[in-house]
Amino acid sequence: MISVQNLTYRYSQANDSKEIRFPDFSLQAGQHCLLLGESGCGKTTLLHLIGGLLRSQKGNIKISDIDMTILPNWQLDRFRGSKMGYIFQRNHLLTSLTVKQNLLAAPFFAGKKEEEGRAEELLSELGLSDKSNSKIAALSYGQAQRVSIARALMNKPALLIADEPTSALDDKNCERVINLLLKMANQSWATLLVATHDQRLKDRFDKQIELKST
Amino acid sequence: MSIFYLVWSYLKAKLIHTVLNIFLLSLGVAVITLIILSTHQLQERIESNAKGIDLVVGAKGSPLQLILCSIFHIDFPTGNINLVEAEKLAGHRLVKSAIPLALGDSYSNFRIVGTTLLYPQLYKAELLSGEWWNADLEVVIGSTVATTTQLKVGDTFESAHGLTKDGHAHEESRYVVRGIMKSSGTVIDNLILTNIQSVWSVHNSEEKKIDLSLSLESKLIKGYTITDSTQEITSLLVKYKNPIAAIQLPRMINTQTKFQAASPAFETTRLFSLLGSGIDALMGLAYLLVFISSISIFIALYNSLKERKYDLAIMRSMGASRFKLVQTIMLEGVTLTAVGASLGILIGHLLVYLFIQSIGQETGLTASAFYLEEVYVLIGGITLGLLCSAIPASQAYKTDIHKVLAGN
Repeated sequence: MISVQNLTYRYSQANDSKEIRFPDFSLQAGQHCLLLGESGCGKTTLLHLIGGLLRSQKGNIKISDIDMTILPNWQLDRFRGSKMGYIFQRNHLLTSLTVKQNLLAAPFFAGKKEEEGRAEELLSELGLSDKSNSKIAALSYGQAQRVSIARALMNKPALLIADEPTSALDDKNCERVINLLLKMANQSWATLLVATHDQRLKDRFDKQIELKST
Repeated sequence: MSIFYLVWSYLKAKLIHTVLNIFLLSLGVAVITLIILSTHQLQERIESNAKGIDLVVGAKGSPLQLILCSIFHIDFPTGNINLVEAEKLAGHRLVKSAIPLALGDSYSNFRIVGTTLLYPQLYKAELLSGEWWNADLEVVIGSTVATTTQLKVGDTFESAHGLTKDGHAHEESRYVVRGIMKSSGTVIDNLILTNIQSVWSVHNSEEKKIDLSLSLESKLIKGYTITDSTQEITSLLVKYKNPIAAIQLPRMINTQTKFQAASPAFETTRLFSLLGSGIDALMGLAYLLVFISSISIFIALYNSLKERKYDLAIMRSMGASRFKLVQTIMLEGVTLTAVGASLGILIGHLLVYLFIQSIGQETGLTASAFYLEEVYVLIGGITLGLLCSAIPASQAYKTDIHKVLAGN
């Protein structure tokens, strides 16, 4: 499903700038993985490289046997939109739209058919049916995070990428969110890749990759 | 979801800013539209009124005044000219036709014009009811005169001396309405037409000085024999026989006779250049308003970019291309200016409509005419939107989503 090899990234073009060397790894379809490491060790950078949000790396990233590093920008955007769902640490949502419209924005930007049924299904799955037409500003933190998860799942991605989904949560909510992520990923046969420094998640994943600060 | 819906949701989220920006731009565009409408229609009106008149001959004085008085019927006559002298001119080989006008009286602010049937023919006037005059003291009235004064065929009225309302009444002789003309959109809608003899007879209450040695068959007034060498008219509307007349005739009249010749084309151009500076000042104000509003739209788009950097970044994470972001921002700018420009054009027309309503009588203006320039204004508005959003859009294009999302 994913394979990362000889991946390095240099933060700026200057020769003396810091270069990060990422460990090689590969994941099967449906296999979940935890990306562990201290803040600043390059977890977010790796997630962005995998999604093509950041480029100019050295090395190979293959997703579903497609070498992402050689795709032209417009194909990469399409690929990201249809194959990947991102859940960010801060629940960035389009504040001028309603909850349901935020979900429908995912297929719109990915250039896919908008299925309202899928949006309603996901919202009811995540207990947000009554919030369908609410404004983003009217949501609690937990609700906004569930909307983010629902949005990431809209296009039935093969890869679900979550960046520090639990670090701002207490134990009870942390448990709830990670259960939800695993459940939703399993339901749609998606590979879940979670980057975190949150040690509470350690025993929930078989596959773990540790990033070292250099 | 569509790009239009997305843009609309952003505009709606900042409704006050959106309304203010649109309103500011529409004010500027409204003034521009107002100028386009009024100058166009004024010009059309002037052209239709001066059509078929190459030269106006009258007493010496201001040539512009002579034109305003004899063609547009808004200024006072420069004086009178001797009929016998005028006859000589009418017989000149370079003159194709000459229509005499005798002004002096009015009825409830509408001018009574003593002339011949050539005058309504010049404007292709047709009768709505009744018939043309064929005796002294019979009049045919214009459509505006008819609707304002409620005069009907067969009604009589007494004229007032002078061209304004407060002139003393000519109680001794009453005019009778013989016909009412259809609306023609020209100045004769506002006129009361009669023959020249009527105007004379109302004024010359004292006995006519009959010069027995004089018996001249009039060329100007069909079937009239001039026996009085002191009789006067106000002016002559002359049509040239050939292009040479345009060169020779005015100079000949101005140097060799006691009359002056004024060219409607030349004088109206001069009038427009006088009005022009006022119009230019107003146009400058309009451009200033448009300029300020575009700055305001630019600032609004540029500022919203900061607030929206996360929005832009997650759009990219959902698969939107850089170009999609550019489209979104540009469409937002263009929506603001296109709506502003359209609204401005509508407000411009509404202002003209309100102006017509407040004047309360026939002005020759219409609010329902649209001109090609208004399409240019709309295209200009859309271009303005593209210009205002170009820099914000390029900023959006250049946004480093990794940096935004990583929070540094």
